[in-house]
Amino acid sequence: MKKSDPPPPPDATAFLNARLVDPASGKDEPGGLLVRAGMIADLGSHLRRNAPDGAAVIDCKGHVLCPGIIDMQVFTGEPGQEHRETLKTASQAAAAGGVTTMVVMPDTEPVIDQVALVDFIQRRARDNAAVNVHIMAAMTRGLKGHDMTEIGLLKRAGAIAFTNGKSSVANTRVMHNVLLYAKDFGALIAHHTEDPHLIDGAVMNAGEVATRLGLPAAHKAAETIVLERDVRLVEITGGRYHAATISCAESLAVIRTAKARKLPVTCGISVNHLTLNENDIGPYRTFFRLRPPLRAEEDRAAMVRGIAAGDIDVIVSSHDPQDADVKRHPFAEAADGAIGLETLLAAALRVHHSGEVGLIPLLKALTSNPAKLLGLAAGRLQKGAPADVIVVDLGLPWVVDKVQLKARSKNSPFDESKMQGRVLYTMVAGTLAYQYAGMDRS
Amino acid sequence: MTSAIHPASFVRRHLLTCEGLKAGEINALLDLADKAADGNRQVIKKRDVLRGRTLINLFFEASTRTQSSFELAGKRLSADVMNMNVSTSSVTKGETLIDTAMTLNAMRPDILVVRHHAAGAVELLAQKVDCSVINAGDGAHQHPTQALLDALTIRRAKGRIAGLTVAICGDILHSRVARSNINVLNIMGARVRVVAPSTLLPAHTDRLGAEVYTDMNAGLEDADIVMMLRLQKERMQGSYVPSTREYFHFFGLDHEKLARAKPDALIMHPGPMNRGVEIASTIADHSRSVIREQVEMGVAVRMAVLEAMARQLPNH
Repeated sequence: MKKSDPPPPPDATAFLNARLVDPASGKDEPGGLLVRAGMIADLGSHLRRNAPDGAAVIDCKGHVLCPGIIDMQVFTGEPGQEHRETLKTASQAAAAGGVTTMVVMPDTEPVIDQVALVDFIQRRARDNAAVNVHIMAAMTRGLKGHDMTEIGLLKRAGAIAFTNGKSSVANTRVMHNVLLYAKDFGALIAHHTEDPHLIDGAVMNAGEVATRLGLPAAHKAAETIVLERDVRLVEITGGRYHAATISCAESLAVIRTAKARKLPVTCGISVNHLTLNENDIGPYRTFFRLRPPLRAEEDRAAMVRGIAAGDIDVIVSSHDPQDADVKRHPFAEAADGAIGLETLLAAALRVHHSGEVGLIPLLKALTSNPAKLLGLAAGRLQKGAPADVIVVDLGLPWVVDKVQLKARSKNSPFDESKMQGRVLYTMVAGTLAYQYAGMDRS
Repeated sequence: MTSAIHPASFVRRHLLTCEGLKAGEINALLDLADKAADGNRQVIKKRDVLRGRTLINLFFEASTRTQSSFELAGKRLSADVMNMNVSTSSVTKGETLIDTAMTLNAMRPDILVVRHHAAGAVELLAQKVDCSVINAGDGAHQHPTQALLDALTIRRAKGRIAGLTVAICGDILHSRVARSNINVLNIMGARVRVVAPSTLLPAHTDRLGAEVYTDMNAGLEDADIVMMLRLQKERMQGSYVPSTREYFHFFGLDHEKLARAKPDALIMHPGPMNRGVEIASTIADHSRSVIREQVEMGVAVRMAVLEAMARQLPNH
């Protein structure tokens, strides 16, 4: 069947009347930005009002124009669990949320632990995805924590970093060897930190809430213990290490100490742990069942300070689509995980609107910091950088409606939440991947 | 005995948790239960409060005592009682819960009595059905009628609950009985202690309104009530205590430890007992043991709850 081709994109696109915010350089000034051939061709105050001839014009109406978000932790269901999410549906949610690059995790069926599977994801993403897709490959075969994967070959095939997915490597020798071996290839190891024995059977953070609810719970030290071990291993191996999602004050202290000692250690946090706490679980709401579990308010507040101070490097959505079949259960029997690509920026802006985190440090953790960690050219407003940019109305109020979210699974902890701030345009490599259509009041 | 409060002051559609109950509501139920207890000692025990109503006992977890107690309570109030024991091993867990709820709902019961091994499961089910739901135990969360029958037993034996010191001893971590009792006893003005090894205590038990003791002798000092819990071996996923021998040595109720409590202290146990594990056999049969009365009050309290709920049921 022959379809008529879409009209060729204009030679150039000019974003006029924008507030240019570049977290990498810290610049925040009025201006415009010109995109040509998928790259940022020019930017600055001289482009505030005037577009070059022939360029398509987008009037930003004074709103923020900044680099697109680079989300370092996205779970999809492709391959193997396509009913939960495909690369295509995830990328549509990403585009609507201002995420121009998503790093997909290897926790699929089969696990992404071989070159052929990296190749498969790349091809599927090329053909179907609305945003850039990179792959974090498994660092142990089948994510089982025993045998190292072909880190060198996987990296050459395009794997951007290595992880053990949703689980920690319990065997210290394996972790040691992975860090040591990965170092020779300059590969980044992003590790989930939860001691598997301490969290065995646990579904919540230990504390008053879990005690009241009568739910099996694990102490937050389960996270810090693994992190402390890993930092010690980094010290003796020199491997590049990223704690994927920390969630408590004690872990942050470990990170601070490691950084002060100039170890190649960084860390991330999921937006959920930045904006929600264990009380949100309320009457056993399974959409708030996460890994790591939501912590106490003191810990959440410490995480916000960690972002403000720049001690936490990266904010991720930890987008983890789960369908009703695995969520409509008693809390202890439900699956972990929450979707978050589309609400990532709006949720993160909560800690900005509350006055706790400046716009630049917040956007840094969403754009330039992950770019730097992953060695990507995107994540900054700079001539010659990929034209992965977004326009954001920081003040636009909206209410999350799961029906309208683009993700295939609807397990959002922010459903019915009030948000302030919304993406108006998402451009990926010079092509508009999303344009806000206004409020749907149906 | 507490002055009579109008029995209709328990006005709830479901009984899912003891958290948030009011003293007036509890007293109202206990007053009703007192009457039921008297009635249960008569030759003709049956009344027609629930005539024409259907009560379903839906048990996802094995239970002899609670299920038969609810069954008898329902029958003494003239309800049609059906027992459903859902074997959890043969089915996929949660899907069955909601499916079963919808299926049963279609059969139009008036009251569902539910026990489930997962905390919160009964609440989840209550959201899906149109009838009244009574929680007969959900995981380590709540077992409201147990706490009410304990309160009734205490009130009948001591004439009051307020001001008494109650020591709850044993596996607090996995115990819904402990949580429900901590709630009810606090609401009724008792002073609650919990006594357990640290491995069997959940985090921040103190914030639920209990003083925490890891030394049983200290925990029983001057107690009015010694409430023992079953060491629920089947729920142990790890090594919480090294051996039953060591557990009995430090946390089993024997004459020596009991001597720390007040001379007229009552001995309670929700059953079923592990003689020689958490309680010495001679203590279980002690003159101050009210363990058998607890069972009797169990039927009375469940009748009271059913009766109070019957007043809320739609009549058309």
